[in-house]
This record gives sequence, structure tokens and C-alpha cells, in this order.
Amino acid sequence: MIAAGLIFSNIHDQTIPEMTRRRTMASIPFGCRYRLIDFALSNMVNSDITNVGVITHYNYQSLMDHIGNGKDWDLARRSGGIKILPPYVAAYENHAAGKLYESRLEALMGSVNFINRCGADYIVLSDCDVILNIDLSAVIEDHIHSGAYMTLVTKKVDVKNSLFDKSVDILGIDEENRVTEITYTMPKRGSCYVNTNLMVISRTDLQNIVSDSIAHGYKSFTRDIVAKQLKKKLIRAYCFDGFCACVSSLENYFSTSMMLLEENVRKDLFSDPERKIFTKIRNSAPTKYAGDAKISNCMIADGCIIEGEVENSIIFRGVHIGKGTVVKNSILLQDTYVGDNVSLNCVITDKNVVIKDGRNLSGYNTMPFFIDKGVMV
Amino acid sequence: MFKKKECVAMLLAGGQGSRLYALTQKTAKPSVSYGGKYRIIDFPLSNCINSGVDTVGVLTQYRPLLLNEYIGNGLPWDLDRTYGGVQILAPYQGQSGADWYKGTANAIWQNMEFINRYDAKYVLILSGDHIYKMDYAAMLEYHKQTEADCTIAVIDVPLEEASRFGIMSTNDDGSIYKFTEKPKNPDSTKASMGIYIFTKEKLQQYLEADSKDPASANDFGKNIIPTMLAAGEKMMAYSFEGYWKDVGTIQSLWEANMDLLGDSPVLSLSEESWRIYSRHTAQPPQYISKDAVVENCSVTAGCEIYGTVKNSVLGAGVYVGAGAVVEDSVLMNGTSVGDGATVKYSILDENVSIGKNATVGEDRATAEGIAVVGAGIEIPDGKIIAAGAMISEQ
Repeated sequence: MIAAGLIFSNIHDQTIPEMTRRRTMASIPFGCRYRLIDFALSNMVNSDITNVGVITHYNYQSLMDHIGNGKDWDLARRSGGIKILPPYVAAYENHAAGKLYESRLEALMGSVNFINRCGADYIVLSDCDVILNIDLSAVIEDHIHSGAYMTLVTKKVDVKNSLFDKSVDILGIDEENRVTEITYTMPKRGSCYVNTNLMVISRTDLQNIVSDSIAHGYKSFTRDIVAKQLKKKLIRAYCFDGFCACVSSLENYFSTSMMLLEENVRKDLFSDPERKIFTKIRNSAPTKYAGDAKISNCMIADGCIIEGEVENSIIFRGVHIGKGTVVKNSILLQDTYVGDNVSLNCVITDKNVVIKDGRNLSGYNTMPFFIDKGVMV
Repeated sequence: MFKKKECVAMLLAGGQGSRLYALTQKTAKPSVSYGGKYRIIDFPLSNCINSGVDTVGVLTQYRPLLLNEYIGNGLPWDLDRTYGGVQILAPYQGQSGADWYKGTANAIWQNMEFINRYDAKYVLILSGDHIYKMDYAAMLEYHKQTEADCTIAVIDVPLEEASRFGIMSTNDDGSIYKFTEKPKNPDSTKASMGIYIFTKEKLQQYLEADSKDPASANDFGKNIIPTMLAAGEKMMAYSFEGYWKDVGTIQSLWEANMDLLGDSPVLSLSEESWRIYSRHTAQPPQYISKDAVVENCSVTAGCEIYGTVKNSVLGAGVYVGAGAVVEDSVLMNGTSVGDGATVKYSILDENVSIGKNATVGEDRATAEGIAVVGAGIEIPDGKIIAAGAMISEQ
């Protein structure tokens, strides 16, 4: 069994425009030291998928900088390894020259060379906005064993406390985990199975889907392919039990980040020594806490200097928090500099933000105050 | 034939470091942890790459397994090169027989082939015993400018401590006229840092002569330097200013860790222009719980703190349970301190497990010494380990 991976770095960018204006969804920083793509990539590497294509769209400089040659994921290989697949503009007659792809299917059409040449029997397709730590070899095994045409990883969610957007694809499944129905809005109450867009399919089937779609001008992977095949072929649901969240808005980015402060969430994502989450190494020094520092319920990366008080917050690499400063319920991205005697509550600072001495800023739980990259307050 | 390298570094990493007792029971001294996420050898290796020296031979002998694995292909230090890079040089069997490295000079002599392979003009000799940040390129420049045969890096030490070091007596132009190992009445405060640059021909000449002398201890400090000096070779002292610490004893290793703490630490590792690189193990960020107290500490990835930690340096993946107290201590990678346990004025090596409500060491103010627990040792619940105790596997 040989599987290759394909990661969509930009799908759903528009759901969180604040953070994707200058970067791809894949390169949104998350959890002190990671970027969203680290979860998709690590899942693949940890399941021995070492031939991975990353499909990009626009703004992918930050992503390329993050991935480099892939060595931090052990994907700098002579054979296979990681390949960035930039848009293949004007490759097909039905595309006006210079027009970028708009849907998942069109993105796949642009990556047809990778699919044709990767030499794998199966292909795992993954988005970047879903955060989970999953053993993909178990999914692939389940897929092969069941003889399914396509296996979709799904997560059962409680509608009220769902970590997914309301517009996610909802799967109706029978007792044998066969997908029988796809709907496009969450029910009002109760629980439902959401599609994580993480799926396994054989390479030949994917090749056929892509060539059919080119011939017929299909646009939507779910509506034109999956939904149409439900009756004819076995589309299987693989139910994932662990922590699984989808970043679909700034508010939801905020609440999902804050969930990392819960022990069981950290355990699900980070505690398995066989399935570590890898990221680009920055070689920061350890974090230094001053004698007056007061820390309560925080997740903190290396390379920080903390002299003030921090509570219920997520602190990225290289953040400085000055004397007499109080930071509560906030997410401070890489190299944020917070001066002395500042007060922050429910604030998200993007990278390299500077907050001068004595500033007092506050948002609210459901409406975090976002400060754009490099802004000085 | 390989591409020519102007300067090749030879890092002596074979020493046992017996004065570190339990900490070097299972591994060589250069691979002892320091400062949370580093090992001692990260300092010379990072200094090399930061100084533009990209060919480094690491001479190993005593328990090299961890060191070999840690160095790997040299990737963390950018020393995974097509030509040169970092290479492990273990003792080997030659045509005329097989020998362990008999001394520092003999270790280099046995590896002259490595140096000649790169046709190096200069050879930089380093040891894996010190914590310091130093630009070897500046020292090499000095060596070239003064047209020296050998340049020895020296640091000013207080006169009362000078008798612990190898002392260089120098003329006004920096040339050395006398070298005394641990002098009773020192006439200079310039201590040798154990860092030498040799012009290759001279090094080869003296090592060869030394190898033929059965009475020689085959040591740079005892034999090569005095012999070269007596023969009137041009020996220069290169003065280094900055942080430099021998971490060869429990006390000095503890002090060097503490030097990282405080508002303006004696040694800062966050300098962008002179990074110290180390191998990472993909740990999640650190988590500091609601009831935790963390004051004047250096904490790194993977740590989870539920108790109180003060004036301490914590390595990757350290766990401090609820109600536990850690003060004035160094906890290395993967060590865990159980709920309610107390650790004071101690060094806990890697993967140590301290049971619930156990006590290790005493208050620094009253303790007679630093308590040390060796790698992988489990201290049972409630057990008391006295101050200054040395717990190691039998």
C-alpha cells in the first residue's frame, strides 16, 4: 500500500479574511508555534505518507517560507518528499488565460501532473482549516478493507457546541458507515456528522474524476462528484473520535485557540509520541520569566520574555510582555512586542505588532479585537 | 580530492568528564544538557557555523552513542554539507595496529588524514567542555595577521583563581614566552581557554615528533605547547572578552545554568546575530496552569507546570505536578516532579522521575551541596534525598 498526499492550502481562505489577506489558510499561525498546515502535513508524515503535494492559489510566499525544503517534517527527500504545486494557469481550454481556479475540482485539474506521476495506489486529500491529529494509515486500511470508492473522514458534532461552520457539508450515514445523503446546512438541534474534507480515494479513481470533470465542466467536488455517486458507489464515512475543529472565522479561530488551554484537547493533539506535530524550527532560546511574572493557565512558546502578568492566553514565539502589563484572554502572534503597563483583554495581535507603554485595549469573547500584522498601537 | 578548506575544526569530544559523576555515567560530557534545550557541544558547533567554519571533525571515544545520534548528519547546525560538514571521527584500526586516543594530541595525530583530505591551511582545535559564544573567524584573522605558528585563546581571570588554569605569560605584542599549567604563584592572569589555531605544517611536524616519544602524555597542554615554546616557534595569545565558563564540575554546571536567569543575565542566548542551534524533538508549546507560580525561570517547549518553580532552568518536556515546589534547580529534558514533591538546589538529569511528596535537596541557604540525580532514575513517593547527595545507577 503506497499513498500520496495532496493538501489544499487555500480552500476556504475567504472565511477568515483578517488573517488570510497576506497569507494562505495553510500558513495561519495556530497554537503558539504551529501553522495550520502543520497538522495536515504531520498527519501524513506520521502515517508514512512521504510524497506530498501542496496545492497553492495566491499569497503563498509565507507558506513557501514556512515549508522550505520540507526538512522539518522529514520531507526533504530524493524520492517523493514535499512539492509545492503553484496554480497551473491557462492549462485548459475552458479557462481564460490568467484565471485562477475557483473550486476544489479545478485545483485538482491543475495538479493533474502530480496525480499522474506520484506512483501511489491511493491519494489522501486534506484541507488546512481542520485541526486534528489522526492516524491516516488506519483510515487507508479501513478504505481498502471496505472496498469503498471513496472514504470521507467525518466527525460527529453537537450542533450547539460545534467547532465547525454552519455551512459545512453534513453527511447522512447508515449503521454500516455508508454515506447515504449529503446536505449543506447544519440541522437546528441535536447532533450530526460533518465532512472534514479529509478523504482517501484510489489514484485511478481520482484521475478519472479529474478527466470526467474536465470533459463535463464540473465545478463542485461535493455536489458534482460525491453527491452523484452516493447511490452508485460505496462512499464510506470514517468516524473520527478525537479533537477536531475547523477554523472558519476570526471568532472561531479565537475560541478554537482557547480550547488548547483544556487538558484533554492538548492531550488529543500533542501527547502521542508516535504522532508528533512538526513545525518549522526557529531555534529560539527558552522562554524567560522574570521574578515578577505571574502566569495563569497559558500556553506559551519558546523565545519569549515575560515580565508581566498573563492569564488564559496563547503566546507565540518571540513575544515580549513588559513590566506591569496585564494580558488576559488574548492571542499574541510571533514577535508581538507589548510594552510596560499595558492592559490587553480578548485581543488577537498578528505578527510583529507593537503595543506601546500604557495602552489599554479590549475586545469581547465573541468579538475579539484584531490588530493587523506589523501595526504599532 | 575534496574541495580545499582554509580552516578545519577538530572538536575533542571523547572525554568522560568524570567530575560530573552521575551526569556522565551514561554519556560523554559534551552531550550533557545545558540551559534547557541545549547540550554543551551545541556551543562549539554553533560557534563554528557562525564563524564560517563548515568542516568539523568530532573526535569521540567515551560512550559516544548519544553524541553520535545527537550530531547525526549535522542538520541542526547547518553542518550537513556536500563537502565537509560535521563528521564523527572515532578511533579506528590502522595498518600498524589499533589504538584508543591516548591523549588530546594523539587523537588529532590519528586523524591527520582527515585534515589533509581538505588540504586545510589552518587547524582549529576545540573542546566540548565550555559554554561561550566566540567568533573563531576573528581569532583566525589574528593568527594570520601575526603570522603565528600557533595561537591560543586566553581569557583574563582573577589573580586568586589563576592557579586553577593553564597560564600564559605574554610580551607586549601578545606573544607567549612562558606557559605554566596550574602555577602556584601565577605571574599572569591570562588563562588558556583550550582553543588553539595551528598552522597545519607546524601541527603535523610537532604531532609526528610527539607520537615518536614514548615518554609523552600526548597532550596539547602538557607536551605540544611546551615543546613548541621551547623550540622558539611563534606562539600568540588571542585575548577573548565575554562569557566563558568551564562546566566540568557539578557546581560550575549549576552556576552556568543560573547565569541565564535574572533581568540582565550574564549570558543571553536570544541574540539574533549569534544563535545557538540545537536538535529539536518536536515538543508542543509549554503550558503553565492556573495555580502555577513561575518566577525567574527559563522554561522551554513541552513543559507542563502545575506547581511552583522559582530560580530554575527547565529542559524540554519537564513536568511539575500540582503542589510541587522547585527552587534553585536545573531539571533536564523529560524529567517529572510528582505532586507535592520538593526539589531544591538540585540538578536532575534527563528523564528522572521524582515521586509524589518526595524531597530532593535542601534550601540553598542551608544546603551543604547540590543534590544530583542521574538520568532515568526513579525516586519513589515520599523518599527524602539529602542535600549534596549523588544518586546514580549502581
